[in-house]
Amino acid sequence: MWNSFRTDSHQAMQCEITTYKAGNGDYIHAYVARPGGDGPFPGLVVIHHMPGWDEFYLEFSRRFAQHGYTVIAPDLYCRAGHGTPDDVAAKVRAEGGVPDDQVVADCEAALHWLKSLPTSNGKVGVLGTCSGGRHAMLVAGRVRGFDAVIDFWGGGVVASPEQLTAKRPVPVIDYTKDLTCPVLGIFGNDDQNPPPAQVDQHEAELKKHGKQYEFHRYDGAGHGFFYYHAPAYRQQQAMDAWGKVFAFLDKNLKG
Amino acid sequence: MCTNICLTAGITGSGKGAAGWFPVSQANVGYDHPTHAPFEHALLLDFVNPLLGPGARVAVEMNLASGKALLAKLEAAIAEAEASGVAE
Repeated sequence: MWNSFRTDSHQAMQCEITTYKAGNGDYIHAYVARPGGDGPFPGLVVIHHMPGWDEFYLEFSRRFAQHGYTVIAPDLYCRAGHGTPDDVAAKVRAEGGVPDDQVVADCEAALHWLKSLPTSNGKVGVLGTCSGGRHAMLVAGRVRGFDAVIDFWGGGVVASPEQLTAKRPVPVIDYTKDLTCPVLGIFGNDDQNPPPAQVDQHEAELKKHGKQYEFHRYDGAGHGFFYYHAPAYRQQQAMDAWGKVFAFLDKNLKG
Repeated sequence: MCTNICLTAGITGSGKGAAGWFPVSQANVGYDHPTHAPFEHALLLDFVNPLLGPGARVAVEMNLASGKALLAKLEAAIAEAEASGVAE
């Protein structure tokens, strides 16, 4: 089981909110979780979901650190001001979200931040849930240097012309041809965004361009089925998917 | 954002938030993931004052049926107010 550590193993991590030089030279907040020890450790850029840079994402980051990954989780909403995560997310929502170009720049800077660490093994993945899943695919398509990407139920990877805006001018699926790293997709078959038909489209595009990928699609699960604080949580599907996640990351980032 | 549905309206009034009453200048109506209501998506009503920061916000999350019920009563109340002759 992915969550069965040895009782005589070394378990330590260091976590803090810090600032780093992100897109446009702006200094923004990031939650950093580092495994204890000298490494070398692979890195992960963890992209928060639409509800914001919240409690769940700090815990999510710590889980990866506990499994030997140095995590940086940028606060993509940092420029909107500060308050409780839901208040800040509401402000960003009213502003139409954060621009794709800004997200790409923030995450590219996070990639370089991870690779510059003396404990880095040189490999870095990018992942996120919900809007963060879409952002992860966006970033992996546009930035060179990632070694793995995980899309957790990212809504809006497939977008119709009328869904495009000045902040999201290009459908993320259009960057599929540019991917240079393996893809893991985790989806619930009861999800409405992305619905199974869009996941089919996404998968067809990956196949068309000969990309290395694996999609796992769960019956009896909808959007956000890892969210143990919400009714969406599905224990069996989440536990299985976590196993797939660590198998994928360990293979591509620790090898 | 996941649905990216969010409409805004300029309004004039006051709202009572976590820190007490404050002037509200904008209403945001979204349909996206709620923070607290037990739905995958919900109508998200925020009465805010952007000049006072993200915390100047009165928030309500509800399902679509609730939104329709609220809208009907809002329209009815407005019509009654205008018919009363005391509408400002």
